[in-house]
Amino acid sequence: MKRFSIPAFASSLALAALFLSGCSKEDEAVPATTGTVALEFDQMVGTAPLVLSTQTYTTTGGDQFRVSTFRQYISNIKLTRADGSQYTQPDSYHLLDAAVPESLEITLTDVPTGDYTGISFTIGVDSARNVSGAQKGALDPSNGMFWTWNSGYIYTKLEGYSPQAPKPAGVAEGGLTFHVGGFKTPSNAIRTVSPAFPSGTKLLVRADHSPEIHLKADILKMFAGTTPVRFSSLSFIMSAGPNAVLVANNYAQGMFTVDHIHAN
Amino acid sequence: MQRTLATPLAFGLAGLLAAGCHSTNGEEPLPVATVPGTTVPANFPSPVYAASTNQPDAATFALGRTLFYDPRLSRDASVSCGSCHQQAGAFAQIDHRLSHGVDDRLGTRNSPALQNLRWKSEFFWDGGPKNLETLPLAPLTNPLEMDETLPNLLAKLNGDPTYRQRFAAIYGPGPITSYQFLRALAQFTAALTSANSRYDKYVRGEAGGALTGPELRGKALLAQKCASCHATDLFTDETYRNNGLDASFQADSGRAHITGRAADLGRFKVPSLRNIARTAPYMHDGRFATLPEVLAHYDHGVLASATLDPALRPAAGPLGIRLTTAEQADLIAFLHTLTDEEFLHDPRLAEQ
Ligand code: HEC
Ligand code: HEC
Repeated sequence: MKRFSIPAFASSLALAALFLSGCSKEDEAVPATTGTVALEFDQMVGTAPLVLSTQTYTTTGGDQFRVSTFRQYISNIKLTRADGSQYTQPDSYHLLDAAVPESLEITLTDVPTGDYTGISFTIGVDSARNVSGAQKGALDPSNGMFWTWNSGYIYTKLEGYSPQAPKPAGVAEGGLTFHVGGFKTPSNAIRTVSPAFPSGTKLLVRADHSPEIHLKADILKMFAGTTPVRFSSLSFIMSAGPNAVLVANNYAQGMFTVDHIHAN
Repeated sequence: MQRTLATPLAFGLAGLLAAGCHSTNGEEPLPVATVPGTTVPANFPSPVYAASTNQPDAATFALGRTLFYDPRLSRDASVSCGSCHQQAGAFAQIDHRLSHGVDDRLGTRNSPALQNLRWKSEFFWDGGPKNLETLPLAPLTNPLEMDETLPNLLAKLNGDPTYRQRFAAIYGPGPITSYQFLRALAQFTAALTSANSRYDKYVRGEAGGALTGPELRGKALLAQKCASCHATDLFTDETYRNNGLDASFQADSGRAHITGRAADLGRFKVPSLRNIARTAPYMHDGRFATLPEVLAHYDHGVLASATLDPALRPAAGPLGIRLTTAEQADLIAFLHTLTDEEFLHDPRLAEQ
């Protein structure tokens, strides 16, 4: 499953590198040098930064809510050059966890130098890894993002509270459980997005520059879009199915935006 | 999928490879051959979980076995995998209609036999879990079964010096991870191969493979009346079917629980018939205590419903599969030839 790290070979063994690029799926000639790119995610609720548990927010539809857990898988990150060729991060699986600030910064190393004009990534985990065996790192089932009784990863997990959600009598708030996952048609909730760079901006990867892409992830987009969510009628998703697909369709439309790029 | 180590040459190579992978291990790993279930029986198809996926070696297999029989895997150290999966019952839970977990909690389904798991790509009565390695997470975290969390379990394993030492000998130094735990456990469950019943010896033309007249008649009947579902020498086609147990499915929707499709209501995984004489009670909810009851069901107990399998709706006559008393006796005689005493008594698979 591991892809060959072509650049590493290139510096030492040109011949071997040639051979390897010949049998890998990478689409470019062997780059002379590589650089590093950082992705920084700011988790937002509308224009306010996400603060877990204490802060109350309002959906576009007017429902109040608090967020106690917010975790999301980002995978298969690709950077695109003007000519359409791409750099694909090998073994690219990342868990963004609002409770773990370090998890909100992803570093791509060994990115071939060049001028990049776009980014794309998957919100979720590709179908193959949903049914693979034991996994490490971001995909370790200890992260609490794996459905055991019906194999598959939870791509986006939001838990919290809302006064509008169904609740027992005498209680101020009901629970919110949005566990979005699923990889089989018609319940496929894997979504790939390509948030545009600010117009006129390029990502210049150089051996001596480490540019940073600042992205925003807006939680409100889960509940707005094609099918707005009102917590009185939908507050609980714990399996793949139409409701998970509905939320995935919502957030695929503009949850992620590229705010700015630091050239560094 | 690759066919696994079939020849002695491949064996030798694999042994070498396995040895190469375990350079951190101070001592030489035992030869692969001491791990049961590493060869593909001649009358079986290619496995889904090939040996090369998780190269068997004696130390990892033995560690997996310890884990399988260790009740500390459950929340209150009361229930092990082996409590619900007993070797004498082909690793089904003997005499329990429904599984029995921590605090004497009753599960919702009958514990199935664990055998020939290498050949399955979907598990459970409804096909929810889809990989042998990640499957144990389901019983471990199910409140009605072992009711434990993965982080807690890893903390317990890491707090045990013997486990620390045994995992480190295989996977190198550092804390025990979920990856190591699941891979080791899978070496044991993957080893549970049952392929040495009298029937197997018969089809492979081996010594001890004689079948009597009634058994041969039963074999022919099964091929004719049952093999559209209980197919191949694994005696299952691994599909989900409604064999007419119920007319409505409030108690357990079966495959529909996973797919959400109305067409899957009341469909359950076709179970293997291997070791069937030892895995009573029968069906997903353990409703039948004996094989004659099962055959009586097929003969005159099949209930109509929208998803009832076409194989049980003859063009003319009542639902089900007509079986005379003599035919039932022959079928039962044949089903007994599927008992694999070597498997049921293999000391390598027993709690040590
Ligand atoms: C409380 C009883 C119980 C315990 C403990 C238990 N199981 Fe099970 N096991 C079951 C039941 C019941 C099923 C069927 C579940 C279903 O269909 O929903 C099952 C199914 C399985 C299957 C699928 C077999 C097949 O052919 O589809 C495997 C493999 C398995 N268990 C392994 C294990 C392992 C490994 C452990 C220990 C980590 C374990 N079990 C612990 C009751 C138990
Ligand atoms: C239409 C497919 C189909 C046919 C034909 C069929 N079976 Fe089954 N069989 C099943 C399914 C599905 C189950 C499990 C049903 C459940 O538990 O809900 C099952 C269960 C069984 C069991 C219980 C196994 C266990 O581990 O609990 C036995 C024994 C059995 N069948 C024997 C037979 C025999 C003998 C025949 C032929 C007379 C036959 N079956 C024909 C689909 C079929």
